[in-house]
Amino acid sequence: MQIYLPIAEISVNAFMLLGLGGIVGILSGMFGVGGGFLMTPLLFFIGIPPAVAVATEANQIVASSFSGVLAHFKRKTVDLKMGTVLLIGGLVGAALGVVVFNYLKAQGQVDLLVKLCYVIFLGVIGGLMFIESLNAIRKTAKGGKPSTRKKHNWIHGLPFKMRFRVSGLYISVIPPLIVGVLVGILAAIMGVGGGFIMVPAMIYLLGMPTKVVVGTSLFQIIFVTAFTTMLHATTNFTVDIVLAVLLLVGGVFGAQIGARIGVKMKAEQLRIWLAIMVLAVCGKLALDLLIMPTELYSIAAGGH
Amino acid sequence: MLRWFIVFLMFAFPAAAEEVVLGLSKDEVAITTSFNGSDILIFGAVKRDKPIPDGDPLEVIVTISGPSEPVTVRRKEKRLGIWVNIDSVEIDRAPSFYAVATSAPLRDVLNDVEDLRYKISVPRAIRSVGAPMGIKDAAAFTQAIIRIRTNSDTYQLLENQVTVDAQTLFQTSVQLPAALTEGDYITRIFLTRSGKVVSSYETSIDVRKVGLERWLFTMSRENSMLYGLMSLAIAIAAGWGASAIFRIFRF
Repeated sequence: MQIYLPIAEISVNAFMLLGLGGIVGILSGMFGVGGGFLMTPLLFFIGIPPAVAVATEANQIVASSFSGVLAHFKRKTVDLKMGTVLLIGGLVGAALGVVVFNYLKAQGQVDLLVKLCYVIFLGVIGGLMFIESLNAIRKTAKGGKPSTRKKHNWIHGLPFKMRFRVSGLYISVIPPLIVGVLVGILAAIMGVGGGFIMVPAMIYLLGMPTKVVVGTSLFQIIFVTAFTTMLHATTNFTVDIVLAVLLLVGGVFGAQIGARIGVKMKAEQLRIWLAIMVLAVCGKLALDLLIMPTELYSIAAGGH
Repeated sequence: MLRWFIVFLMFAFPAAAEEVVLGLSKDEVAITTSFNGSDILIFGAVKRDKPIPDGDPLEVIVTISGPSEPVTVRRKEKRLGIWVNIDSVEIDRAPSFYAVATSAPLRDVLNDVEDLRYKISVPRAIRSVGAPMGIKDAAAFTQAIIRIRTNSDTYQLLENQVTVDAQTLFQTSVQLPAALTEGDYITRIFLTRSGKVVSSYETSIDVRKVGLERWLFTMSRENSMLYGLMSLAIAIAAGWGASAIFRIFRF
């Protein structure tokens, strides 16, 4: 069934979008990430204009994160105080990101920036995750104990300390604020929630316990992506509500199914599959940049 | 005296001798949610008050042109190992859709002077005034827009697709693609003899988003704050709904 998208101004197959939403939803539920980093490139591949894909995907992430955070609230695994600090940084970052996005759109470089961001972040995070989970699998195979994280590092020497009871931390507010700003910028530019950057940063940089990380990250992602959606909707008019509905219907159900599959899988196996998936998306995008395109010219609406 | 005046009129305005009477299968295209392209049948007859003139047969050219807008064409070059947009040329006016249907190869039914005057062929329909300094091959950018849009069927050259019966009745059909922008689609009919335009006729097809599409599009432009909030409300409701459904059924 073909559906004409009013903002993207192209006609697409509705079942394909539902299926795409469902598959990405399952993966995101399994791995505890928003899935934006997979969905946005997939939307590029099916011909949705990048600006529309990025803005609409932000809206869809609101839906999947909200669905996820409800479960975490019930388990009391959301650090509201930490989430709020990250959120303040995130909103500043999102505003900066939209300004950068609009400037580069006028320069004709927005596609390049979005793709470069994807290649760099997916490459680095996918690579690190792959090595880390490979080591973990090797260690458990040898029967050794999983390594424990260092509890103290340079971050604990910074001023403006604050107590985060749910996370059991007493640290400076500066690192969470900076993490928030960076993730906010990425959310606006890449159309992602930033979970795949936020989660490692919270564990390895802030030293938060793993059990509260996913819930807290989802909590702040809802607000940052909601803010991003509003900015894109009011300044660029690029949020396609029909596209968003098709994606999120598939996505929210997929996420619930995925979460139930995820529980049954081993953590290291889960991580290594996520890493492979991230690297595959990264590889495809990198090839697009490196190989000479078949069409060197591109058309954009409007003059300067 | 009057007799000479009539003779003068006949020589001065030979175009009036043959006129187009046009029919369209539809003069409105509604873009609905399930819109997936549209076929438009264009048919008509030639009205004349004299016998069919001797010489070359009558040929018919039909053009349909979507709303024109300025576009920027960019070209990628390899910099630091990756392909980046470097040069750009602004095209002053390029139709978002353009189809030319003819009753014989375009070269045979239309000469260059007439093409320049009426802007019938695809390259003529695009207007590019000047490229910025430093870009020597500006023509390549115009060719690029034609190539890209021809590949996506938004520019169509349909030679020999107009059927003409007894130099009087003609008909053709044009397929409008699914990815269509709104606006007035100017439809022109040209009657030519020996490469010269002897008569022309112009009408327009109204392409509009209707119903839900219209409502959402207008809202996103004129009431963007409310539109954004509505998108968020739907997202939150869907997220809550899915988790509630799964909780009730305890999958």
